[in-house]
Amino acid sequence: MKKKYMLLPAMMAAATLVLVGCSGTGDTANSDTSAGGLNIDVPDVPMMDKLGKAEGEVNIVAWSGFVEPAWSDQFTEETGCAVNRRVAGTSDEMVTLMRTGDYDLVSASGDASLRLIAGGDVAPINIDLIPNFGDDTVKGMQGQIYDTINGKSYGVPIGRGANILQYNSEVVTEAPTSWDVVWEEDSPYAGEIIAYDAPIYIADAAVYLMTHEPDLGITNPYALDQEQLDAAIELLKTQNGIVSEYWADPVAQITSYAGGTSVVGTSWEILRKLTEDEKFKSVLPEEGSTGWSDAWMISAEAKNPNCGYLWMDYTSSAEVNGAIAMGFGMAPANGAFCETSAEAAAHCDYFHATDEEYFENVWFWTTPLEQCIDGRTDVTCTNFQQWTDAWLTVKS
Amino acid sequence: MTSTVPRVTPAEPGGVTTPGPGRVQPAGSKPLSTRLHRSPRLRLLGLLALPLTWLVGVYIFSLVMLLITAFWRTDPFTSKVIPGFTLDNFVRLVENPAYLSTSLRTLSIALLVTILSVVFSIPLGIFMAKVASPWLRAFLAVAITLPLWAGYLVKILAMRITFTENGFFNSALEPLGLSGPGFSYTTVVLTLTYLWFPYMALPVYTAVRQIPANLFDASADLGARSWTTIRTVVVPLLKPALIAGSIFTFSLSLGDYLAAKFVGGSTQMIGSVIASNINLNPPIAAAFSVVPIVFVLVYLFAVRKTGALDRM
Repeated sequence: MKKKYMLLPAMMAAATLVLVGCSGTGDTANSDTSAGGLNIDVPDVPMMDKLGKAEGEVNIVAWSGFVEPAWSDQFTEETGCAVNRRVAGTSDEMVTLMRTGDYDLVSASGDASLRLIAGGDVAPINIDLIPNFGDDTVKGMQGQIYDTINGKSYGVPIGRGANILQYNSEVVTEAPTSWDVVWEEDSPYAGEIIAYDAPIYIADAAVYLMTHEPDLGITNPYALDQEQLDAAIELLKTQNGIVSEYWADPVAQITSYAGGTSVVGTSWEILRKLTEDEKFKSVLPEEGSTGWSDAWMISAEAKNPNCGYLWMDYTSSAEVNGAIAMGFGMAPANGAFCETSAEAAAHCDYFHATDEEYFENVWFWTTPLEQCIDGRTDVTCTNFQQWTDAWLTVKS
Repeated sequence: MTSTVPRVTPAEPGGVTTPGPGRVQPAGSKPLSTRLHRSPRLRLLGLLALPLTWLVGVYIFSLVMLLITAFWRTDPFTSKVIPGFTLDNFVRLVENPAYLSTSLRTLSIALLVTILSVVFSIPLGIFMAKVASPWLRAFLAVAITLPLWAGYLVKILAMRITFTENGFFNSALEPLGLSGPGFSYTTVVLTLTYLWFPYMALPVYTAVRQIPANLFDASADLGARSWTTIRTVVVPLLKPALIAGSIFTFSLSLGDYLAAKFVGGSTQMIGSVIASNINLNPPIAAAFSVVPIVFVLVYLFAVRKTGALDRM
């Protein structure tokens, strides 16, 4: 279970990009106002036009918990495709693995998917071959900028979640409503704050600045020009002084809260549940937050594309998609799952599966590009390599 | 003669031929052993072929490949590594002060770990070798090596539990009104010392055992007190052992990143920077890995100058 959680962040990122959700027509993607019609140079990879005979196996790179015998055995029975799973721990590892050409499918998060698309590692998806991917897919996971590039869909959504503010209610007696408790130098919990340990965490600082430093003009935390990035790094450096720990490993995060080293900080809903202690509570602060959204993507060099398509369709059904979401602890992409049982409804409610208002405040992980994805054309935005470099200076 | 012929003929042709090759073989192998005997070079080659294939083919080759990557670059968007030749990665190491401060911090951690290990090892070694009863000596030897039997990650997580806010360390200090270092630079040093201490303690203990007892007697006869004896007799004789041990404690600490990750709080080491870049930007990770290599080479060179390596 814990492994899964590590995977999540990466997935989220990948998912954001992947979200094929869009109907697959270029017009739909371009009409998306937030995307401003993202058009970037991507290698022209052909799309599969019709389903052939199943090859007998499919090789999948996935987050732990996405490919489990509980549902993959039945898939093998129905289609004759044996499922070979390779579990990856981070988005970066997934990108590396997909470039070996040994795998047909990947469960990519938004910070991996753009890289895969631009690198020509994944192929556009023919939505017509995936009947289960349709109207039941929750609105927020359709046609997002990270899954639809130049009007083509590249991913089939799996699920999504938000990075939440978790706190120990025994110490933090007044429920926080803002991220200021983890960012401001005079926070009453200075020295007991836990922060996420990855360059993508810069976006969390940017989300906070969007509300508290409106003069900076940040409108999308993944589209930062140099000045905005500097401001975010400055904020992170301030935070470094009041942080007890940084976490990238979910086990470390859980033990940090349980052991009392940290009392407030960034978390995932599933990690909070894992503490199995009611004193840990969570909130989506008023500033909103970052989040992740995952999707299946198919390799440009897939050796088993037919089994790959069959798998994407199979796991998009309400039952299987719901099983994955419940196993992993996230909001499912298929909204129809929520009506299948009382348990499913409770799960959807808890993870805000169909609550678009909740996710409106959530900025799904996306790879930062030089081309500003907020639509600005008069400046160059900072790319992920610059974020990686800048992140180094935070802790030094 | 005539009678022997029929006796041979019944035998299968194969039966006749088998002894043939059997007899020929030893004769045929003789030239090889003769050649080996005559040519020491060939003998050496045969002996070293396998280990050399391993060392050069697998170990050195992969290291060289890694270092070559330091001159390549990464596509800023797709993170794909593009072969070529650029010194940009090294320029970035110098330009971004984070790399320098991280290097210096790591160096200071490695040196502190080494010094602490030496300070603990010498009295322990003397006590075990010269004072303790055989039973206690065996017990201490087991106690020192025991941590080596546990997994590396398990030990780091054990230290994490010990030093956590509500952990053993703080609750033990609480009656005294003190609190522990939490997850910090200090905890990283303590954890690494705990991890690598056996590599220092064992050679030191062995070296102390080899010091003849009469040297201690002579020193005492000449009026030296125990501290003077340690300083003027024991430590100089321990030098090779201390250097051998310090090579382990120093280089292992330089390369570590899990301790910083699990008990370091916000402490950043060379290893943690390399680990976080290995997928995002392999060329800069490769360039940065040159830094600990340089540290170790400088250290070995300094050690060699003292002549201590010759006596190891």
